[in-house]
Amino acid sequence: MCTGIVETAEVSGSAKGPRGWFKLEQVNVSYDHPSDAPLEHALNIDFVNQKEGPSARLAVELSPESARKLVNAILTTLSYAASAVSDASIRG
Amino acid sequence: MHPYTTDMYEGMLAETIMLPGHNGEIINAYYARPLGPGPFPGVVLIHHMPGWDELYREFTRKFAHHGYLAISPNIYFRFGHGSPDDMSAKVRGSGGVPDVSVVGDIDASARFLKSLPLSNRKVGVFGTCSGGRQAFLVACKTKSFDAAVNCWGGNVVQPKEKLTPAQPVAPIDYTKDLSCPLLGLFGEEDKNPTPENVRQLEEELKKYGKNYEFHMYPGAGHGFFYYPSVAYRPEAAVDGWKKMFTFFEKNLETSGRGR
Repeated sequence: MCTGIVETAEVSGSAKGPRGWFKLEQVNVSYDHPSDAPLEHALNIDFVNQKEGPSARLAVELSPESARKLVNAILTTLSYAASAVSDASIRG
Repeated sequence: MHPYTTDMYEGMLAETIMLPGHNGEIINAYYARPLGPGPFPGVVLIHHMPGWDELYREFTRKFAHHGYLAISPNIYFRFGHGSPDDMSAKVRGSGGVPDVSVVGDIDASARFLKSLPLSNRKVGVFGTCSGGRQAFLVACKTKSFDAAVNCWGGNVVQPKEKLTPAQPVAPIDYTKDLSCPLLGLFGEEDKNPTPENVRQLEEELKKYGKNYEFHMYPGAGHGFFYYPSVAYRPEAAVDGWKKMFTFFEKNLETSGRGR
């Protein structure tokens, strides 16, 4: 299957690629052929900065199950972070 | 198949070249040819979505080994340069390669092969994955080819909601313009194209009285030629290559080659 399923989002932050750290500007999330993962299809996440060229890319290729675990881990962490920030602001 | 005997001389030249592509813009391509005076038939290979990679260089040399002038243009050239996987990711994140430039680059590659003194002026087109879709597309949009091979090309049947600025028309809508015999190789477990998508294309080909030959492999999904991946299905791949060379021999007049 070549799906062409791609979602993109503007993001800010940093990522570490083969040439070191670079500033992030975009993340591309696709479900399609992986380059390396031993899967016919994978949930591919590319953190990129187009201005710095194609090699300014941090890539991961995950099974759908792993991708869901990642999403849950991120959301759980963010919810803890929101509580921590809220608690800290209450404590002053 | 390749009439190889152990006492024959064999040689090949394979290298990267530059040539005018769509709109005369210069692109690069991997070109392989048998040594010898020819005349040889030609094949244009359209690389798959994962990029202009080592596998497509191997495929290009395989055609040269079998007596074809073979060229694999880099249809991602206009997106810049980097490792094949980085370039594939860039194209994917940019909305895909436009159909119009693909048709132009592939058509120009056919003209290049036909212009060579070694050519028998017959050229086929072969592609896998997105390249399979594009092989069908270019065989409909141009009259440059004498045979086309679509290996598991997804999105030939494309619902309106999946059309994009880069791919504005579903290739199936061009079926009436198909200008050469078509061979299709598909896997029964593929999700795009599904067996139903293949059936829809077949119906359209029948409707317009086109010359086509489809093979559906049980136990195979998408990309069953790709031996470095888990998609590889050796029996289907061996049979698929055999069917493809038989098809090209029949349609590209390969008898009497000068090798």
